[in-house]
Amino acid sequence: MIFDIIIYVFLGIGVFFNVLAGVGLLRFPDVYTRLHAGTKCTTFGSIFIIGSVILIGFKNWWSGDLNGSVLVIHSAFALIAILLTNPVSAHAIARAAHKSGVMPAQAVIDELQDKPTEKSTRKKTSSKTAFSKKEGEQ
Amino acid sequence: MIEFFNEYMIVLIAVLLCVIMAIVRVIFGPTIPDRVVGVDTINTIVIVGMVIYGAAYEEVIYIDVAIVYALLSFISTLFIAKYLEGGEF
Amino acid sequence: MLAFIITTLLCFVIYLLFTTGSGTEVLGLWSWIEIAFGALLSIVVGIAARKIFVKDSFRMLNPVRWFTFLVYMIGPFFIALTKANLDVAYRVITGKIKPGIVKISPGLKTDFGITLLANSITLTPGTLSVDIDENTNDLYIHWINVDEKALEKKPVDCKYICGNFPKWVRRIAE
Repeated sequence: MIFDIIIYVFLGIGVFFNVLAGVGLLRFPDVYTRLHAGTKCTTFGSIFIIGSVILIGFKNWWSGDLNGSVLVIHSAFALIAILLTNPVSAHAIARAAHKSGVMPAQAVIDELQDKPTEKSTRKKTSSKTAFSKKEGEQ
Repeated sequence: MIEFFNEYMIVLIAVLLCVIMAIVRVIFGPTIPDRVVGVDTINTIVIVGMVIYGAAYEEVIYIDVAIVYALLSFISTLFIAKYLEGGEF
Repeated sequence: MLAFIITTLLCFVIYLLFTTGSGTEVLGLWSWIEIAFGALLSIVVGIAARKIFVKDSFRMLNPVRWFTFLVYMIGPFFIALTKANLDVAYRVITGKIKPGIVKISPGLKTDFGITLLANSITLTPGTLSVDIDENTNDLYIHWINVDEKALEKKPVDCKYICGNFPKWVRRIAE
């Protein structure tokens, strides 16, 4: 009984934040602030909705249904996939927007504009040292 | 027997409302990154909708589809962002 | 060789988690043929991906770091996530924003650490990581409500943006 109430509360919180993400996407003035709404709110809403599905799986498992364990584990993997991929894609979109010339609206300060633009050399050297170290170990 | 209009259908319809708001942003977005943000939000909400659907009909296969969809949509977003940057792959 | 063993074991564990409920022969959850096929597949993946998965050191093998990571995810990170969402809800409803892009230098060295910190910053109150300076590991942060006090010192102090997250990340990844 209490389990059912917790499931409904989780579903309600999740739906509230997902709808809030939609409203924020419509109301905010530029790309970066829309990313704030679209990333954080959907991640938080997804945690609660998938959390309620996981609780349903535990309930089925408790009552002897082996399918419940499959529901729990696969939903947890979907949650992990969302948690890993959502911030990274937000970061990629923000970086692409700034490089393609979309500036933040009503900005107080923009320190990224005077970032030095020379090509970085760090990636190549670090990968080379990693490989050489590993070959040395083998 | 699973009835059609259980509580998950209500959640699914509420989530669909959010998809409609994001589609409005995709259609009327003034710049291209705005549209990409809308598409990214739609992807996340579709994943959540698939998980709810799988729980409503007790079909685990929908959740497997959701995992694969999450990873593929992540890769497609990264490629669109890279294309907007104009960099080499 | 150690890298190959680690990758294979991790793949095998993930395969076993995905195929629970496939039979009742082993521990009531798996069937033998599923386990044999999983071992074969994970050996193939281990040969293919050993140099990509284990990049420079075996620092993350330590279980204390995993435990710290779990505590970090459940404790301070989840509290900050909740605060972030209430903050975004407030700004969506009232429409009060004062955005800007600032630069912070957290002083982290490893790739995993800087990734973890950037993802944490993206999911916590009012901030979104935009770009990284790859030579010095400085992060450029989009801040939705710029604090005038923080702008006096350049680069901006970490405690306005992300609290004590760099300390946690250093404990986990370095």
